[in-house]
Amino acid sequence: MTKNCHNDYKMKFSVDDEFPDLTKHNNHMAKALTKEIYAKLRSKSTPSGFTVDDVIQTGVDNPGHPFIMTVGCVAGDEESYEVFKDLLDPVISDRHGGYKPTDKHKTDLNFENLKGGDDLDPNYVLSSRVRTGRSIKGFTLPPHNSRGERRAIQNLSIEALSSLEGEFKGKYYPLDGMTDAEQEQLIADHFLFDKPVSPLLTCAGMARDWPDARGIWHNDNKTFLVWVNEEDHLRVISMQKGGNMKEVFRRFCVGLQKIEEIFKKHNHGFMWNEHLGYILTCPSNLGTGLRGGVHVKLPKLSTHPKFEEILTRLRLQKRGTGGVDTASVGGVFDISNADRLGSSEVEQVQLVVDGVKLMVEMEKKLEKGESIDGMIPAQK
Amino acid sequence: MPFGNTHNQMKMKYSSEQEYPDLSKHNNHMAKVLTQDMYKKLRERATPSGFTIDGVIQTGVDNPGHPFIMTVGCVAGDEETYEVFKDLLDPVIEDRHGGYKPTDKHKTDLNSDNLKGGDDLDPNYVLSSRVRTGRSIRGFSLPPHCSRGERRAVEKLSIEALASLSGDLKGKYYALKNMTEAEQQQLIDDHFLFDKPVSPLLLASGMARDWPDARGIWHNDNKTFLVWVNEEDHLRVISMQKGGNMKEVFTRFCTGLTKIESLFKERSHEFMWNEHLGYVLTCPSNLGTGLRAGVHVKLPNLSKNAKFEEVLKKLRLQKRGTGGVDTAAVGGVFDISNADRLGFSEVELVQMVVDGVKLLVDMEKRLEKGQSIDDLMPAQK
Repeated sequence: MTKNCHNDYKMKFSVDDEFPDLTKHNNHMAKALTKEIYAKLRSKSTPSGFTVDDVIQTGVDNPGHPFIMTVGCVAGDEESYEVFKDLLDPVISDRHGGYKPTDKHKTDLNFENLKGGDDLDPNYVLSSRVRTGRSIKGFTLPPHNSRGERRAIQNLSIEALSSLEGEFKGKYYPLDGMTDAEQEQLIADHFLFDKPVSPLLTCAGMARDWPDARGIWHNDNKTFLVWVNEEDHLRVISMQKGGNMKEVFRRFCVGLQKIEEIFKKHNHGFMWNEHLGYILTCPSNLGTGLRGGVHVKLPKLSTHPKFEEILTRLRLQKRGTGGVDTASVGGVFDISNADRLGSSEVEQVQLVVDGVKLMVEMEKKLEKGESIDGMIPAQK
Repeated sequence: MPFGNTHNQMKMKYSSEQEYPDLSKHNNHMAKVLTQDMYKKLRERATPSGFTIDGVIQTGVDNPGHPFIMTVGCVAGDEETYEVFKDLLDPVIEDRHGGYKPTDKHKTDLNSDNLKGGDDLDPNYVLSSRVRTGRSIRGFSLPPHCSRGERRAVEKLSIEALASLSGDLKGKYYALKNMTEAEQQQLIDDHFLFDKPVSPLLLASGMARDWPDARGIWHNDNKTFLVWVNEEDHLRVISMQKGGNMKEVFTRFCTGLTKIESLFKERSHEFMWNEHLGYVLTCPSNLGTGLRAGVHVKLPNLSKNAKFEEVLKKLRLQKRGTGGVDTAAVGGVFDISNADRLGFSEVELVQMVVDGVKLLVDMEKRLEKGQSIDDLMPAQK
């Protein structure tokens, strides 16, 4: 099962002939991939046939964003991270603050370990949300999977999700079978995801066969949502209005663990190891794959000269309320954890909870015309 | 993109039903033809370079279809694709090329002396004339499948061959990835510059990978002969000039193409060709001659006449807007070209354009004078 015709065919050409031109590129892959590494990796493939050219295609096709350092490489299966570690370890280290090949990642989905988080001021914190991704062991990932695999993932997911009860009871909407009314409602709820248009994703092959075997599941309360077969096998989201991040995180942890149990019963657990934590398509999402964030009103603090420094020290990042690559509107920002790998879920959400609490207090001080100099935090 | 056929072996774990694409909302040639049984038979195969049925059909699965234009929905990854996947491609070819049978033979004729007339289309009506085709270099896989090494080798061979052209054909190569701003602007002004494909029909097949590596444009100093390297095909060859002297355009086309072919042969590389399919190209719609010969012609009256479409059909011609396929006509000026590609020779196709356009212009002149065109209606060619 390791014969990979076109890869062998390419070996007729020299390394120099096949090595990509990365002179105009600015992404993690381009920084890490030397000719020597390419020479070593190009004859290899994972058991399912994913090669180094597949790993890097998106980074070759997308030279880079002037302001955002893109990753420029993807995994096609769980084994990618092992077979191509010569490339992916330095990418991971660069992206995840110096994380070493020998480091261990800690998983902690026990929501009771979170201190506080139930009292963020709803006059400032408009909504709270936690998301992550999960990959199902035994299947290849979205850049590489076949229709048969993708459909099997959908079937397993529907089975698992439809057995959820209580606050998690819900319904699955396949993208290619929803009615106009269902589509309208999902758009109005801000739940509907569409075919990726970003070349970062399409060049990696994730949009093949769209919308076959893609869909959205959500609970009746509209507080727990699962995307099936978008950029990852599963994206799991817990969200609600207001500042009760503790409740959002509780629901997140409980729901995730219920889902995982059901997949395990079918002999398809989630991809995880003690070095990289949860395995996902994009190396930037390794570890927890978790982004915990709030939409919070910070009109004064956001114009303060120390805003960026405060965020960096709190290990938080800002985005506009449309998500990554959008601008903030009316002084409302999306504030979330910057880290994914090397700290646990509880630790990352704790950083958000403590950090946002502090920033709201700073905002209140600035409203009263008082200084915040005494509140600047130490580097976390 | 999964080009390796290891993944093809892995896919065999899933049943044919599990892997067969959902084509229920599709309208393209591939979707019309690909049954579950056919898919079951073809999914075990791969060409020697590793191209599989899923590679062939991916673009057609990802692009359900255009309401007005019947897209092909499949591509070749190499020369052998047309043989290994003939169960699918023969019916697609038959449907697309007017009933062309698997046993039919295609005739190649690039002797411009065989074209009668064509040097006197009225330049008051015929604004410009153009002939284009594509060529694939044998021994390399095609744009949906080729690696960077292969693409660069195709570019290198092309540069060498084109650099030895002389006389009217002497020119220069502009690599897409290192042209200066000034060169780029000039090529845009000349309407020569091609850019990274944006059509999902092309992107979904993998042709734009590694852009703009090893892509470029060559043109002669006179700006009447142009070659695109590594766009949708290995080579696209274009001869064009203002006015209605299609004979001259076609003569330069044939001379240039034949010269380029002999230069490649000198370097031990031929063009992909066989006596059934003629010239082998990426898209099945371009098999045979791969030739589109056309003019930009002013037909404001005729184009509004009730019989316009019928006349075109009888003449085996098609109309497009002046921006090319999928564009609208501006100011009554149409792009009129041959509809066929396979089953007719180059000379025959250009003859149809020459004779047909001459007739269309005569009809336009009649209608200008308020006269009838009924006696000019042609028989079905």
